[in-house]
Amino acid sequence: MPARPSSRPQHALDGSVTRRSLQLMGRGIRAEPRTYTAAIGISALFGATTVAVSQVLGAVTDRVVVPALEGDGVARDHVWLGGLALAGVAVTLGVTVALRRIFAGIGYADLQKRHRTGVTRQYLRLPMSWHRRHPTGQLLSNASSDVEAATGVFNPLPFALGVVVMIAVAAVALLTTDAWLALAALTVLPFAVLANLVFQRRMSPAIMRAQGLRASVADIAHESFEAAVLVKSLGTEDREEERFAGRTSELREANVRVGIVRAIFDPVIDLLPNIGTLLVLGVGTLRMRSGAVETGDVVSAAYLLTLLAVPVRAFGWVLGELPRSLVGFDRIARVLDSGGALTPGTRPLPAAGGGARIEMRGVGVDVPSGDGTAQLLRDVDLDIRPGRTVAVVGVTGAGKTTLVSLLSRLSDPTTGAVLLDGLDLREVRPADLTRQVALVGQTTFVFEDTVRSNVTLADDGDPDAPDDDAVWQALRLARVDDVVRALPGGLDSPLGERGANLSGGQRQRLAIARALVRRPRVLVLDDATSAVDPRIEQAILTGLRSRDRTADRPRPHDRGVAEGARDPRADARYSGPTVVMVAYRMSSVTMADEIVHLDGGRVVDRGTHAELLARDPGYRHLATAYERESTRRAADREDLAVASAGAEVDR
Amino acid sequence: MTTTSRTAPPTRTAAGSHAVEASRIGRTSDLGVLATLRRGVQVSPEIVQGLGLTIVLAVLAAVGRVVVPIAVQQTVDTGVLADGGPDVERVVTLVVAAAFALLAAATCSALVNIRLFRSTEAGLATLRVRAFRHVHDLSVLTQGTERRGSLVSRVTSDVDTISLFVQWGGIMLLVSVLQIGVATILMAIYSWQLTLVVWACFIPLVLVLRPAQRRVNAAYTTVRERVGAMLGAISESVVGAETIRAYGVSERVQRRIDATIQATRDAQVRAQKLVAIVFSSGVLVSNIVLAVVVVVGTLLGVDGGITVGQLLAFLFLVQLFTGPVQMATEILNELQNAVAGWRRVLGVLETRVEVADPGPDAVVSPRGPATVELHDVQFAYPDGPPVLTDVDLTIPAGATVAVVGATGSGKTTMAKLLVRFMDPTRGRVLLDGVDLRDIETTSLRDRVVVVPQEGFLFDGTLLSNIAYGLRGADVDAADDVVEARVRSALDALGLTDWLSELPQGLTTDVGQRGESLSAGERQLVALARAYLAEADLLVLDEATSAVDPATEVRIARALDSLTEGRSTVTIAHRLSTAEASDLVVVVDAGRVVEVGSHGELVTAGGTYASMHASWVSQTR
Repeated sequence: MPARPSSRPQHALDGSVTRRSLQLMGRGIRAEPRTYTAAIGISALFGATTVAVSQVLGAVTDRVVVPALEGDGVARDHVWLGGLALAGVAVTLGVTVALRRIFAGIGYADLQKRHRTGVTRQYLRLPMSWHRRHPTGQLLSNASSDVEAATGVFNPLPFALGVVVMIAVAAVALLTTDAWLALAALTVLPFAVLANLVFQRRMSPAIMRAQGLRASVADIAHESFEAAVLVKSLGTEDREEERFAGRTSELREANVRVGIVRAIFDPVIDLLPNIGTLLVLGVGTLRMRSGAVETGDVVSAAYLLTLLAVPVRAFGWVLGELPRSLVGFDRIARVLDSGGALTPGTRPLPAAGGGARIEMRGVGVDVPSGDGTAQLLRDVDLDIRPGRTVAVVGVTGAGKTTLVSLLSRLSDPTTGAVLLDGLDLREVRPADLTRQVALVGQTTFVFEDTVRSNVTLADDGDPDAPDDDAVWQALRLARVDDVVRALPGGLDSPLGERGANLSGGQRQRLAIARALVRRPRVLVLDDATSAVDPRIEQAILTGLRSRDRTADRPRPHDRGVAEGARDPRADARYSGPTVVMVAYRMSSVTMADEIVHLDGGRVVDRGTHAELLARDPGYRHLATAYERESTRRAADREDLAVASAGAEVDR
Repeated sequence: MTTTSRTAPPTRTAAGSHAVEASRIGRTSDLGVLATLRRGVQVSPEIVQGLGLTIVLAVLAAVGRVVVPIAVQQTVDTGVLADGGPDVERVVTLVVAAAFALLAAATCSALVNIRLFRSTEAGLATLRVRAFRHVHDLSVLTQGTERRGSLVSRVTSDVDTISLFVQWGGIMLLVSVLQIGVATILMAIYSWQLTLVVWACFIPLVLVLRPAQRRVNAAYTTVRERVGAMLGAISESVVGAETIRAYGVSERVQRRIDATIQATRDAQVRAQKLVAIVFSSGVLVSNIVLAVVVVVGTLLGVDGGITVGQLLAFLFLVQLFTGPVQMATEILNELQNAVAGWRRVLGVLETRVEVADPGPDAVVSPRGPATVELHDVQFAYPDGPPVLTDVDLTIPAGATVAVVGATGSGKTTMAKLLVRFMDPTRGRVLLDGVDLRDIETTSLRDRVVVVPQEGFLFDGTLLSNIAYGLRGADVDAADDVVEARVRSALDALGLTDWLSELPQGLTTDVGQRGESLSAGERQLVALARAYLAEADLLVLDEATSAVDPATEVRIARALDSLTEGRSTVTIAHRLSTAEASDLVVVVDAGRVVEVGSHGELVTAGGTYASMHASWVSQTR
């Protein structure tokens, strides 16, 4: 993936609204040139055919209908010919209508596909820091409703362009017949276009407001139903009803507003062509008396107006969709123009056996915040020897997650460098990095896929994917094999949306199996066992440390194995991964070879549990928080016992 | 709560009845189309308000549609082709009269629209609110039978379908029917033979379009399904961004997304092709009709059956058929969707409220220290084996009780019975000696409050979220009074230091579901809320997720103050909580196996003692 050469926006539209609108439509048409050439060409043909229908009808009236009804036998014999001519234009019209719609539909669908592909490619390219700044809902609507909005104008566009041709041809046909008749027929057209324009301009904001309120009513309902237990518990049904009813009544008013705009404009828009027809009748009669036109010309002109009634609306549709399309496109362009994807490295990272050495040198991470930048990490220097287990502790916001996420290069440090076996991560080939460093995050993510695919993250039949034995072994190490075995399809069981059919702790264990199956050289656990039962957590961590000795054996049930593996650090041949974990439970923290205490983005101290307890008051506070609490409670109980005993004595 | 009784059956089923049958939320009501409309109107009578006048106006508006064809006929027959050359004066009179008629009809038409929108929107708003309220009135068990999203759609998109139908299809349906009716009458006056010809052409089209439209519907269903799958795949790329990067699987994910995008595109194009064919066949037929009318009309006219003007008027009248016929299938579709939506909403309203307010005979439970007794309680989830059996238990007033037991032992079920989220299948739960089923719901909720594991937070400020615990008259108190109450609650719970750490203090925006707070902080909010609720009995579901130690200490401190002087039942997941309680209840496989103080149970050497021993060896 090449890095974007410059940060100049390539997709955003600029200039006045008219300029931006033309840019938007021009780009869309140029993006799908063949489809739109066909769509617009056919639409022009459709326009011309529509006028032809009225012309043929006029001609048939003059040459067949009127003479035949006046008793002209020859004309009567020609009636079949006239019918055939009319049927001929009817078929042509039908075909052009079908093709016009089909090509417009293809263009619309292809443009949506183009935008969606572009947007999702960006989602996968841009770094985590970008994702953290953009809420999920927004990114999803960028790919769904914004794409629909941005392409909305392309649905009626070919039709509207065909109507331009239709009006031009109609004007020429009428003018060659009679200028006065033409004037009478065409007078209403500008008004009809104008009425449509005003209508759409009034309608768009009214509809948008109603849509916004509809979303907001849904939000309230969603929130309220999610809070159902709370509502029931506090008995606040009345309050919720009131809240919902308030927004519902706003929506009702907005819907009525939309209705009223339509109620007023619909009759006006219907009325205009009819007034045009009456004008044509009046003026036509006058011109007939002076012999300038025939009955058929009047019929043709009047009929043309009824045919034009719907097509002139197309301008309104295009103009009405434009504001929405521009807003939608601007939102998409912001995603497409976002830069900052990490430049991938090119150097291979040799896959030596055993854990990797991790170094951080002068690492600092700044992120933009409200009025300037916030420093998440400052001057972090670390050196972690291969195979060691390091726990990172600190209060919320100390920078623990930021620190460990650097190891998977989810983002790059602002200053300093992160090195793996002496290589700067920025220079390492991404594929090597992801193969050797496995991260299990705070929130586990489960794909809507089978258990197997969720562990291997590979397609079925991928030769590089771990085999089922390896998957089972990883599941066993993560203490989730029993859960999977109990599922009806075993490894083939589909996991629902976000793993809905697993509990939080089971999902976390599955995520750990996903990391372990890769036999990583660095394992990063970012509070990855928060929902796992403490005893199981202990078993997993113990299993990890003894992994290579027990890899081919069943689960180490007895603690003896774990204890035996407790201090293999000195053993040069020890080949487990280097583990870096963020943990909250002291029982897990104390299992680490070394503990790094972070506060305010700096390393306060590092050492063993005992060392830190002895010399780091902040750590002591953290570590003893639970203990102090249970001691205090015990003391309270004693006080109470003494007090009640005292009361007994008094009595 | 007075409003509950509105939806509750007047008498509850006999206490202790065995059938806690699963009241699922009705997928849809079983009513037919007409019955659905009738029932719908019954629920929201606003819809038919002033309908008579609206229909009269609609008929007048429809008459306006044939003004132009009549004008054409009259102008041609009595003006243009008048004996002695075109009669201009007559034509001008006709045209002016027609113009006024058009204006009058347009006004009627506008009034019809406005009146219809007003009445239906009023009715639909009522329907929405009633369905919303009914969902809250249903028991937690019933609520649990439907996904939240599906419940939301009952009060949103399902009602929107009806509203959108009225805004477009409904009006079109009314206008079309009347327009075709009026046009047919006029045509029959001119020539019944030609009228038959026109009808004979359009009826087959309608018949052909029906099945075609069904295929169009199927095609759009496919589009919607594929869009759903596509959005699912795209959302994985967003929600799973970290995992995808950490494991370098973006190419695989992109392949999956691309496949769904392409599938969506193909479905869209296919659907559009079908629509194009259906629509253009309408255009084709109505223009063919034109040719047929000209031919047949001319042949009829030769025999003096029809005048030139009448024949020309026919050409314009045929146009009045085209629109409705082309749209008929689409309108019928929308009508079906609207009726289906209506059925789904009515389905909610038809769902029985199982844990209902006792109604007029309800007992108001007096405030004060709460004693709870469970007598011979059994509970089974619908179609399931009993999860609680023979439970007899007394929770003395003011005591703190910890319920311990393995996952699935029945502790959570017991908690739900204590607060009457469900009624026992057998036996009784008594609050100060009164069966919960006889206590007025408002009164019960005032006295008994649950603090769930994951406190739910509304998208708003910290202040509004904590103040949510206020009840009764306090809800409507002035802002400064509310704030003072919230501050004093935080103070009483020892959480003032936490508040001072938040840069925005009480105005901190907690985000959707409170996600800008940590899990521990959300628990603090839940505790503060419970404090404000001033209940006599608290049922706490202890949180299991790990929180950072500083917050942990705060939670523990706040819990101590909160439970002070109240009866408290804690579903304990930590034995340290049990240690600190007055009474420990051990539940195993749906039965209460041990009850006693921590000390007693440890000495007794039973289940609890061994649980405790293994815990101590793990942690100390």
